[in-house]
Amino acid sequence: MAVTKHTIVALVEDKPGVLNRMASLFRRRGFNIESIAVGSSEVPGLSRMTIVVDGTTTSVEQVRKQLDKVVDVVRVSDITDTDIVARELALIKVKATATTRSEIIQIVDIFRANIVDVGTDSVTVEVTGDEDKINSLCNLLRGFGIRELSRTGRGIRELSRTGRIALTRGGSNPLQAEKEASTTRAQKPKG
Amino acid sequence: MKMTGAQIVCESLLREGVEVMFGMLGGAILPLYDTLPQYPQLRHILVRHEQAAAHAADGYARATGKVGVCMATSGPGASNLVTGIANAHLDSVPMVAITGQVARPFIGKDAFQEVDITGITLPITKHNYLVLEASSLARTIKEAFYLARSGRPGPVLIDIPRDVFIEEAEFHYPSRVNLPGYKPTLQGHPTQIKKAAKLINEARQPVIIAGRGVLISGASTQLKELAEKALIPVITTLLGIGCFPESHPLSFGMLGMHGMVYANMAVDKADVIIAIGTRFDDRATARVSGFAPNARIIHIDIDPTEIGKNVRVDVPIVGDVQTVLAELNKLVTLAQRTEWLRQLDDWRREHPSIAIRESEGLLPQFVVRQIYEVTKGEATIVTGVGQNQMWAAQHYWYNKPNTFISSGGLGTMGFGLPAAMGAKVGCPDSTVWLIDGDGSFQMSLQELATIVQDNVAVKIAIIHNNYLGMVRQWQELFYGKRYVATPLSCPDFVKIAEAYCIPGLRVTRKEEVVPAIERAMAEPGPFLIDFMVEPEENVYPMVPPGAALSEIIEEPKTRLKALSDSAKLPTSNI
Ligand SMILES: Cc1ncc(C[n+]2csc(CCOP(=O)(O)OP(=O)(O)O)c2C)c(N)n1
Ligand SMILES: [Mg+2]
Repeated sequence: MAVTKHTIVALVEDKPGVLNRMASLFRRRGFNIESIAVGSSEVPGLSRMTIVVDGTTTSVEQVRKQLDKVVDVVRVSDITDTDIVARELALIKVKATATTRSEIIQIVDIFRANIVDVGTDSVTVEVTGDEDKINSLCNLLRGFGIRELSRTGRGIRELSRTGRIALTRGGSNPLQAEKEASTTRAQKPKG
Repeated sequence: MKMTGAQIVCESLLREGVEVMFGMLGGAILPLYDTLPQYPQLRHILVRHEQAAAHAADGYARATGKVGVCMATSGPGASNLVTGIANAHLDSVPMVAITGQVARPFIGKDAFQEVDITGITLPITKHNYLVLEASSLARTIKEAFYLARSGRPGPVLIDIPRDVFIEEAEFHYPSRVNLPGYKPTLQGHPTQIKKAAKLINEARQPVIIAGRGVLISGASTQLKELAEKALIPVITTLLGIGCFPESHPLSFGMLGMHGMVYANMAVDKADVIIAIGTRFDDRATARVSGFAPNARIIHIDIDPTEIGKNVRVDVPIVGDVQTVLAELNKLVTLAQRTEWLRQLDDWRREHPSIAIRESEGLLPQFVVRQIYEVTKGEATIVTGVGQNQMWAAQHYWYNKPNTFISSGGLGTMGFGLPAAMGAKVGCPDSTVWLIDGDGSFQMSLQELATIVQDNVAVKIAIIHNNYLGMVRQWQELFYGKRYVATPLSCPDFVKIAEAYCIPGLRVTRKEEVVPAIERAMAEPGPFLIDFMVEPEENVYPMVPPGAALSEIIEEPKTRLKALSDSAKLPTSNI
């Protein structure tokens, strides 16, 4: 059976040990967690966890059900086939000399990223977007020398109908026009 | 009212209906023990090893259906509980384990006798808690008992730091729990139940596979109604034994690796399987790709993660077995299945499976049969792990729920004696026999002291074959008879018993068997019989590892040679 990327979103009680309980279910079944992002949700006392893993649909469904069994997990779904907005934030520290600095700034501009710190021989870039956008930026900056990279992992919202229209109209970046708008249909489209 | 944490624990236990706890104390849990004299209604049984406390709570829970309680101190006390907790977890046994922890200021500092027991038991408990203030104790205990006994039962551990037992707090016992993430599904989906009924009503060769879920749910009556109303043969798993009377004409024994030939054939040839409260363990299904090739499968279970986990399922029904069966029974109709039932009867006649061969020496199967005869099938039988366990399952007929108590999922040697003790404490009016292996018994025989101190009248039958018999059987069949590390020297068990002030007898010949069992039954307290059996007797029938249910071996003498010649190595673990 084909191994594909799955995005699992869980609403969990904000208690010590919850992350451990969940991670342990993946570890036991030999899954490698690609990214995991945790933060408060709109409900006080509940956190939202977004986990990206590779796996076959049946094996991921088995873990999803196991996750649902964890007492502290209120709700959990595999939203792989749902229309979603997925965003990630990355901080990239790049080697920058007097000669390369302006080139870096140009690239940063094209990606609508920001420079948040400047040192004598480096700059730190902040970028938000879907994974493809961040990957492309990293690839371009790699040539200058990436000193440090820190990514947050996916944050996700299911797409509302109005949201979908607004986003489709919005994308204006020449490089990213397609992707920016990307309602990241994370996997195979439904229709 | 203000109380100490220790008092809150005791008050809460009383409100949960706890009558007995099995445990061993130490520094971290001492404040709780110090409070016990204030609560004489809470009986405490002091074990000699914490693993036995967990197994005793487990045996108590299986025999009574109530939540078993065990306690231990921090560090080694807590870690000694681990195997017993894992055992309860795999067999869905309701249990609450209370452990002392080092005082709050010492947590995380590798303090004396500190282990991270909530971390260690995370994957082997249904849930666990570290309680950091006395004011949360009552709510935590309420939740723990609710979780342990509801839905799919399991063990819950509560870790309580020493200073939390001493801290004072207001005591209010909550009347309800608030667990937004925990809502077991009890009602089966009506559409699914209709689909199942249709499948059953159209089936020509249906079979019920009933597991421990039927016992947990207390659904024996509903199961019997289904079987009789729709005329469906009933086969049980090892842990399902007793959920359907084995003397019933529709009972066709146990399936699986050491199941009856006719039961495995029935499953193999069935067109519809109704699996009730069972998780399709690999010992029951044998090779999954060869399991019930012609059958459409209806699976009724309270735990959604079990659906489709091991075998493909055509009609899943998530819900409480009793509730679902009550609905299903309204929709099933009587069908003519004379041909199918006749076929099963023929198979049973042709492959009796549990016939006992002629022998000069004392056969373990014969011993179990005689215990059945003398106890008139009315005892509660607790087993060790290995051959003794399989013979106890095969050669005794169980007609009442919760009278066969055995470590299934984990297969824990050493489970027997403490579990038998727990069962007897829970059901003092039942006759409790432990049928144990000489190896298994040596893993927990220190509990003889406990049954003497607390006067627990367990009758002990040791199947003494001087081998780790089940493993030896595998070596004989699959490892060219190389008996590495399976020959077992044993102490004089009768003298051991005597040293603990327990009367006992050694039996070496057939004619001594019945008198010895009768003597044991006449004794008011515990009694031990050391049955010196044929050392190299094997358990049959047997599905070799990696084979399908239909490839079951029943005639050892002809098939045995062929097997060791082909040197087929096992693919699963013993
Ligand atoms: C704690 C533990 N260790 C090891 C095993 C592996 N094992 C399974 S059966 C068995 C032999 C049991 O010997 P005995 O209790 O004498 O029973 P017999 O098979 O001889 O009846 C062993 C070692 C186990 N099940 N549990
Ligand atoms: Mg033995």
